[in-house]
Amino acid sequence: MEKSYETKTEEKQAAEQETMQQDSPKRSRKKELFRFEICFLLLAAALFLMVILSIWIGSVAIPVGDVFKILFSDQMKGEAVYTIVWKSRMPRLCAAALLGGALGVSGFLIQTYFRNPIASPFVLGISSGAKMVLAFVTVIALRFWGGMGSVSMVAASFLGALVSMGFVLACAGKVKNMSLLLVIGIMIGYICSAVTDFIITFAEDAEIAHLTTWSMGSFSGKDWNDVLVIAIVVAIGFAGCIALIKPISAFRLGEGYAQSMGLNVKLFRVLIILLSSLLSACVVAFAGPISFVGIAVPHLCKVMFSSSKPSVILPGSFLLGAVFCMFCDLIARTAFAPTEMAISTVTAVFGAPVVIGMLLRGRKNRT
Amino acid sequence: MSVKLSTEGLSVGYGRKPLIEDIAMRIGDGEIVTLIGPNGAGKSTILKTLTRHLQKIRGSVAIIGEDVSKMSDKKFAEKVSVVLTDRIKADRMTCEEVAAAGRYPYTDFFGRLTEKDRGIVEDSLKRVGVWEFKDRQFDSLSDGQRQRVMLARAICQQPQVLVLDEPTSFLDIKHKIELLDILRELAKEHGVSILLSLHEIDLAAKISDTVICVADDGIRKVGAPQEVFCGDTIKELYNIENGEYNLVFGSVELKAPQGKPSVFVLAGGGAGISVYRALQRRQIPFSTGILCENDIDYQVAKALAETVISIPAFEMPSEESLASAMEEIRRAGALYVAPQLRFGTCNAAMRKLIGDSALRGIAILEDPFAAKAQAESFESDAKTAAHFEKSDAKTAAPFEKNGGKVGTGEPAGGVMPALKSLQRAEDAEDESKIRTI
Repeated sequence: MEKSYETKTEEKQAAEQETMQQDSPKRSRKKELFRFEICFLLLAAALFLMVILSIWIGSVAIPVGDVFKILFSDQMKGEAVYTIVWKSRMPRLCAAALLGGALGVSGFLIQTYFRNPIASPFVLGISSGAKMVLAFVTVIALRFWGGMGSVSMVAASFLGALVSMGFVLACAGKVKNMSLLLVIGIMIGYICSAVTDFIITFAEDAEIAHLTTWSMGSFSGKDWNDVLVIAIVVAIGFAGCIALIKPISAFRLGEGYAQSMGLNVKLFRVLIILLSSLLSACVVAFAGPISFVGIAVPHLCKVMFSSSKPSVILPGSFLLGAVFCMFCDLIARTAFAPTEMAISTVTAVFGAPVVIGMLLRGRKNRT
Repeated sequence: MSVKLSTEGLSVGYGRKPLIEDIAMRIGDGEIVTLIGPNGAGKSTILKTLTRHLQKIRGSVAIIGEDVSKMSDKKFAEKVSVVLTDRIKADRMTCEEVAAAGRYPYTDFFGRLTEKDRGIVEDSLKRVGVWEFKDRQFDSLSDGQRQRVMLARAICQQPQVLVLDEPTSFLDIKHKIELLDILRELAKEHGVSILLSLHEIDLAAKISDTVICVADDGIRKVGAPQEVFCGDTIKELYNIENGEYNLVFGSVELKAPQGKPSVFVLAGGGAGISVYRALQRRQIPFSTGILCENDIDYQVAKALAETVISIPAFEMPSEESLASAMEEIRRAGALYVAPQLRFGTCNAAMRKLIGDSALRGIAILEDPFAAKAQAESFESDAKTAAHFEKSDAKTAAPFEKNGGKVGTGEPAGGVMPALKSLQRAEDAEDESKIRTI
């Protein structure tokens, strides 16, 4: 996927250089807009394709024709496949799409904040922090109240995300070196995972079963209520991001310049942290920690759009994250059906090469 | 001229500890003010405080009479823009985007650019001469081009005051000159007041209306370049112990050779400078003369020679000066006549020194470094000797025929070159006669 986009970029650049002399500013702007439109169309088409594929493929075979009938009409209402699609595959699909989008956006925010392409909620231990608090609260809730609602799950993991992010930021005040800060984030992640394991060790069997599947990460077992909560949280987070488009854009030149242009950097940082924590907390609460999406998606998106304008990268990351997670989820549940893989297993396989490629490319550019 | 930026009793520093106290400065319309001073003295601290990147400790800053601490971020950004020292990494941003970022205080909630904004961006990029790169990735540019784009960004902000922290640091000489030209133009044509810090004192002297010397212990001196660049101000400001800063040339002379002179250089009219510097490179102490005080050789000789026999400007060498020159030649024990030295009406008397020296059995060198060969016999450091020998071929080339011939202390060896020198002097005279005829 990445390769084809890159060659396109090069072709485009070559074409641009040829026509540079007689290029009027308006024309080059139009060209850029054209590229954005094409990219968004491609993403939309990919999204649609993934929806169809996710509904079509599964343990119960549904003919392709029926997929459209089920989706766009009431003809098959009452049949078993109709129920499977609307009660199981559809909510799962929506959850994967929304949470994938949330991960992509959250990764973009964190990368903006740290000005480092390797930073992501997972790497910095934010997901692990959310997981830790959530595990703790789940065990307690299962013991005393016999379970917990989805809203309180989001709240618990949001708290966890803020706790570990708080640690990372406290260190950020002292350590100016970003690579060191990343290492600290990773260490905090390990501590949180250790505490989570500790909780699991002393939990009861039923709780363990619950926690283990969840901590591996999966989109399975989501119903429409969950999707509703996810949709609301993600919508709030995304709206917040849209409102920050202008500051994010200015922040690309670094803190010093952003401040000199009239941006309240302190407030901006707090907002970025809150939004990215909210989004990644939501993901952790419903699907467990998912790796690599947060790093890979914003980067792929920048390559694809050949831009870092937040006004296109934000929606772009959301769409690409959604497509990426739906794709990974599809593989996770079908590759070795009926055994389902953890979602991180798949995202790592497809995400890690992107990260490696990115590091190699970055090295090349620097020398 | 109205005052754009003024400070009153301003104290700056990191944290609560003041680094520089009680700064009072006034910058008028279209004025260029330069901060100079050694590394770490606090130039950046002052600039960062003025741009609100650092909290001031005491005092007040006002822009066009308005207290800065009462201004909103946006309003302040409309008045002051900056070019910082940080080398920025702009991931996938075109130059146009980087420059357009300067419109931040003026754009709407989503930061959309209007046609007017785009026009301003275009003007700014054209002004600094990077319009043709507007669609190029910022990261793919050279340092010089990047700095121009950053300047275009600052111009886009349409500031009253432009603050630049060491804007010439990464630039080669051509880009330095061009950048400063642009600043000059901005100040004169648009009345933008410019405050910058520079490491190149020679450039500071040329571009600034006012120079502020920032030393470790506070602000040392403020004034027009001609007031600041006089006497030993620069030497003291930078605490230069070895070497000289030449105010007339705006250039630096390295540490002068130490010790008793081993050669006297007969020079004048610019003929001496390259000889002096060559001797300095080999650390051969020398004396020179007879120079009028308005001779360009005199500027360099002052910094490098152990003794300079000089006479007041526009005077002919007097008997006394000739005598003291002869005394000096005898002390040095060797004479070298700068190859490009010409004898005319004013310095004809100096020719006598060559003949006198020859008569007195003083070596007249064909190669100024021969003096070093004499001196070296006292030195035990074989390494340095080897080094000098190696570089001999290169450095000696500009002087005469690079004949390794050494006029030793013996009279017999000294007469031939002496005669040659005399001959040369006479030739020169004939030549000048022919020309005047």
